[in-house]
Amino acid sequence: MKNSVLLGALTIAGLAAGAAAAGTLDDVKARGTLNCGVTTGLIGFAAPDANGVWEGFDVGVCRALAAAVLGDPMAVEFVPTTGQTRFTALASGEIDFLARNTTWTFSRDVDLKFEFVGINYYDGQGFMVPRALGVSSAKDLDGATVCIQTGTTTELNLADFFRSNNISYEPVPIETNAEGQQQYLAGACDTYTTDASGLAATRAAFENPGDHVLLPEIISKEPLGPLVRHGDNEWADVARWTLNALIAAEELGVTSANIAELASGTDNPEINRLLGTEGELGAMLGLESDWAMKAIMAGGNYGELFEKNIGENTPIGLARGLNALWTDGGLVYTPPFR
Amino acid sequence: MTTLTDPPKASFRLSQLIYDTRYRSITIQVIATILLIVGIYWLVNNTIQNLAALGKDFDFGFLTQPAGYDINQRLIPYTSQSTHGMAALVGILNTLLVAFLGCILATFLGVTAGVLRLSNNWVVSRLMAVYVEGFRNVPLLLWIISIMALMTEGMSRIREFRVGGDASMILNDSVAVTNRGVYIPGIILENGFLASSAMNWLILLVILIISVIVVRGVRKRADAVQEDTGVRPTTWYQQLAILIIPVGLIMILMGAELQYPELRGFNFSDGVHLRNSLIALWLALSLYTGAFIAEIVRAGILAISKGQSEAAFALGLRPNRTTSLVILPQAMRVIIPPLISQYLNLTKNSSLAIAVGYMDVRSTLGGITINQTGRELEGMLLLGAFYLVLSLVISGAMNVYNNRTQLQER
Repeated sequence: MKNSVLLGALTIAGLAAGAAAAGTLDDVKARGTLNCGVTTGLIGFAAPDANGVWEGFDVGVCRALAAAVLGDPMAVEFVPTTGQTRFTALASGEIDFLARNTTWTFSRDVDLKFEFVGINYYDGQGFMVPRALGVSSAKDLDGATVCIQTGTTTELNLADFFRSNNISYEPVPIETNAEGQQQYLAGACDTYTTDASGLAATRAAFENPGDHVLLPEIISKEPLGPLVRHGDNEWADVARWTLNALIAAEELGVTSANIAELASGTDNPEINRLLGTEGELGAMLGLESDWAMKAIMAGGNYGELFEKNIGENTPIGLARGLNALWTDGGLVYTPPFR
Repeated sequence: MTTLTDPPKASFRLSQLIYDTRYRSITIQVIATILLIVGIYWLVNNTIQNLAALGKDFDFGFLTQPAGYDINQRLIPYTSQSTHGMAALVGILNTLLVAFLGCILATFLGVTAGVLRLSNNWVVSRLMAVYVEGFRNVPLLLWIISIMALMTEGMSRIREFRVGGDASMILNDSVAVTNRGVYIPGIILENGFLASSAMNWLILLVILIISVIVVRGVRKRADAVQEDTGVRPTTWYQQLAILIIPVGLIMILMGAELQYPELRGFNFSDGVHLRNSLIALWLALSLYTGAFIAEIVRAGILAISKGQSEAAFALGLRPNRTTSLVILPQAMRVIIPPLISQYLNLTKNSSLAIAVGYMDVRSTLGGITINQTGRELEGMLLLGAFYLVLSLVISGAMNVYNNRTQLQER
C-alpha cells in the first residue's frame, strides 16, 4: 500500500498540485474569473456562437454565478469537457463549477465526492431514430446499433433498459455530442440515445429535423444540475443560492426588464431581500448586497433563460413541462429567501 | 622538467568537495540523491494531502463491483453485470488483439516496403519512398481518424443492403463491407469438447503449436540430411500435412461450420464483425509503424557490405536466394533492436483508440470505469502498470530472439 501510494504520487502529482479543497470563493475573487466546465458543444445548453461567445442554458447559469461573485457576467473562462473528463476537471481544481447537463446521482454525490447545488433541468433519457427506420417504440430496437456517449449515466441506463427488456444491442461508444451526431447521420448507428433535451437540441441542428423522431419511451430520470467539489460549503452555498435566486426571481415576477425598477424598493419583502434592499443575505454569503440582482441581470431569471435558449420559440423548441414553476404544475421550486 | 612540488597536505578543506576531482563526483551524487528524495517526498506528500482534502481513500475494491456498462467488442463472455475487473480484462484483450494484429501487418508492410525501396526499378522504389515519407511524417492520430471517417462516410449503409438497395455483399455473398464495419464469415464449433467456446479454441491452438514444433523437427532433419548428402529431401508436403491434418480433423470432430453473415433486423448477424474502430485503428497503426519499420529494414540491408552479395552472386546464387540466404540473415542483427522499439511504440500507440471509440483497456478501465467510480489514481496506476508489463514482456521476448540471431563469435 505504501509503495502503491508512492508510485501513484509520481503519476498524478502534477494533476493534484492544482487541487484546492477550501476557499474556492476567495480563489475566484482573487483570480477575477470563474472557471466554468461546460460541454464541448450542445446547441441551446452550451455552445459558442458565431463570434466565439459561449451561450446557452448552462452557460447562463455560469454567467449568473460570475455576475453574483465578480459583478461581471463575462468574467467566465469556459472549459469544454467531455463526459469522461468533466469529473476529473472538477476534482483536480481545473474548474470551479461544472454546469454540463450532469445527472445528479447517489454515487456521484456521495462516492465521487461532489456537491450538486440544485437541478436546473428535469430530464429523462430518450431515443432518436430516423423516421425511415419505421420504429415506433424503443422496445422494437432489438439488435440495433446504438450511439452512446461514454462516461455518462445514459450508458448505464441503456444497459439496464435493454437487459430488463431482454433485448440485445450493439453500443457504439462516442466521446462528444458532435461525434454522436456525425455517426448517427452517417448511419453508423440506428439510434442515438442521450437526455431527451440533448436529443432535441441535437436534432434542431440537423439539416432536416423532420426526418428524425424521438421515441415515446423515456427510460430514466435525469435531474440535471450544476455541481461543485464536496467539502467547500461556502462555495457550494454561493452556487446553490445563485441558482435559487434565478428561480425565485421568476416566481416573484422579477425579470431583467423590471429589475431596475424593483431594485429601488417594493412592497414585497421577499423581493427586497432577494435584491438586497432589505436584510443582509449577500453579506452572509460573503458577497455584495446586490449579488442576486447582478445574477438575474446577467441573463434574466430562470424562465427567461429557458425561453431564450431552449424554449418553444427557439429551434430546439422544448416545452417547460416538468421544468415549469411549481405554481404552474412543474417541479421547479426554491426554498424561500429569508 | 620535474614540477613535482610538496606532497598534498593530508588536511581536508571544504572547498575540495567542489574543486577536487576525487571528491567532486561524490558531492554531485549526494546532492542528486537528496534532490531526488526531496522530490519524491514532495510528490507523495502532495498526493496524500490532496486525497485527504478531497475526502478520497485509496482502494482497489471497485474492481469487484458490477461495471454496469456494455462493451461492444468482447473476446470473452461479458455482460453489464460483470465486474469492473472483467471489463478491464475485456479491454486488455482488445488492446492485445489490436497490438498483435498491428505488429504482424506492420512487419509485413515494413519488410516489403523496405526491400522494395532498394529495388532497381525506379517506379517501385519511388512509390515506396512516397509511402514511407507520407506515413512517417503525418501524425498517427490523423491517419486513425481519416480511416475511420472513410469507413463511416464512404462505405454503404446497412439499409442499402436490404432488398432493392444499391449495395450488395462481395466475394460470393460472403463478405459485407458496410459503414458499421466489415462482416466476414466465421467458423463456429457446433459440438465442441468443452462447454466454453473459448476453451475449444484454446485446444485447437495448443494442437497447432504442437504441429508447428513437429514441423520444425522435420525441417531440422532435412537440414541434417542436406549436411550429410548435399541433397535436400523434399518435405513441403509433409510439413503442410502435419500443420493441417490434426487441426482439421479435430475441427471436423468438433463440428466446425462456416457461418456467413446475414442481414437480419437492424444489422448483419452471424459471422465475424470487424468493427470500424478496430479496422481504423489496426490499419492506421500498421501503416504508420510499417513506414518506420521499412526504414529500419532498409538501413539493415544497406549495413551489409556489398562484398557479401557480390560473393553470393559469384557462387551462382540467384538474386532472391541471395536476399533470403545471405543478406536478410545478416541484416536481422541490425534490424531487430530498433524493431523492438517499433513494436513497443505500436502497442502503446494503440491507446489512441480513444479517437475512434475502440474499447481497449484505456477506454474500459482508464475511461468508463474511472468515470463511473471516481478512482482516477487507482485506475491510472493499473493502466500504467499494464502497459509497463506488456512492454517489458514484448521487449523481453524480442531480446531472446535477438540473442539467437546475434553474431556468434567463435
